[in-house]
Amino acid sequence: MQGFAEEFRMAVSLILQGDAELWAIVMLSLRVSVLAVLISALIGMPIGAALAVARFPGRRALIILMNALMGLPPVVVGLLVYLMLSRSGPLGVLELLYTPIAMIIAQVVLVTPIIAALTRQVVEMLAEEYAEQLRSLGVSRLSSVPVLLWDARLALVTALLAGFGRAIAEVGAVIIVGGNINHVTRVMTTTIALETSKGNLALALALGAILIGIAVAVNAMVSALTLRAEQEGLRHA
Amino acid sequence: MRDLAPETGAGLKVRGLRLARKGSVLLDVAELRLDGPGPTLILGPNGAGKSLLLRCLHGLISADQGQVLYRGGVLTAEHMARQAMVFQQPVLLRRSVAANLDFVLKRQGLSREIRKARISALLAEGGLQDKARQSARSLSGGEAQRLAILRALATDPETLFLDEPTSALDPSATQVIEQMIRRASARGVRIVMVTHDIGQARRLAADIVMMQGGRVVEQGAAKQVLDAPITQAARRYLAGGLVT
Repeated sequence: MQGFAEEFRMAVSLILQGDAELWAIVMLSLRVSVLAVLISALIGMPIGAALAVARFPGRRALIILMNALMGLPPVVVGLLVYLMLSRSGPLGVLELLYTPIAMIIAQVVLVTPIIAALTRQVVEMLAEEYAEQLRSLGVSRLSSVPVLLWDARLALVTALLAGFGRAIAEVGAVIIVGGNINHVTRVMTTTIALETSKGNLALALALGAILIGIAVAVNAMVSALTLRAEQEGLRHA
Repeated sequence: MRDLAPETGAGLKVRGLRLARKGSVLLDVAELRLDGPGPTLILGPNGAGKSLLLRCLHGLISADQGQVLYRGGVLTAEHMARQAMVFQQPVLLRRSVAANLDFVLKRQGLSREIRKARISALLAEGGLQDKARQSARSLSGGEAQRLAILRALATDPETLFLDEPTSALDPSATQVIEQMIRRASARGVRIVMVTHDIGQARRLAADIVMMQGGRVVEQGAAKQVLDAPITQAARRYLAGGLVT
């Protein structure tokens, strides 16, 4: 094994020279995770908002379940999605296993509870504040949902970023359903795992640096949004 | 009880209203008529049940017993749509000042042009013309309350309920709000307002409802109630005594 300094120098070189393989992996990772987060938002936000404003028997139990699902073990999700998509599984005819779509499905399963739970929390707090005023203005519980979602938009973007952070850094589920196939389903996290085991630390380090950069950028955006919300008096807490 | 002003307008009455929580009676109002042409101010110490009564009158809270009657019938959602309410702490949408007004105008199905004209007129009414594009949440306390009143007026209410709208404001901001309330009343909007400020009651009220311990202890024309209260509770409150 070459020295760490040499590996690091090669990693920097890979990034700066725009290594095609490296950036193809980065772009696939971003495409899979961004799509997964958008789909999760379409599913999770209405569910979270509905749980925030609706009152029905079993609501509390559903909230507890949803909060618990936030901590789903990725490998278990990977296994379940694998069973669904495998040739003998109920969705086997779609032949999605070992494709980026399978990885998106797995990430959607992981991220949707996070977005739904955070949306429920944010919208419920806002709903309490708005409840009497909206009723006074003749807005029903159901029609208050879009109003609340729009007015909680800054906090909800934070929820989306939290979901994206989870998706982009995930390895267990996507390696099971994606198979880590070169040029097809190889994303940053799975490549880091593979290349490290092969001793190719330069590529692993380069991808690790980009992954950390994305994580820092996401957190910076969350901080900027929170700051803006505070400045505008929009903080929900 | 004294003679009340002649009945006009929206016909707002209370019959046998009773509300209790955890064994405590919070509201117990046998009979109440809020039909005078000028503003009616509900006066009383903290915990008297003023805000609770206001919420019952607007239909935000259902009493355990009794009825709120509006236009001759039991209060319905349709009646609520003819009323508006402004809260002690203004609840403004996390949007611009103009968008807060547009929110209620859109719900009335008005065209963009009409909405734009109405928003301009409302902003001028509240002296907020230069704040139209500003975030509503960044307004000062007085401006925020003015916007809340303008938004309520944008619904063209027959009756406007105001729950201590000036309790957190300085005298100059209070004066502006009181002028807005007077103008709305002059245009025929029925004003029912809660306050614990006796001076404000003198300035604004045509009729007074005085409450204590969830009950109406005195009601009548403002001058009569304020200058010659009948009950011991009203006399003590108006004399500045500590009433609980």
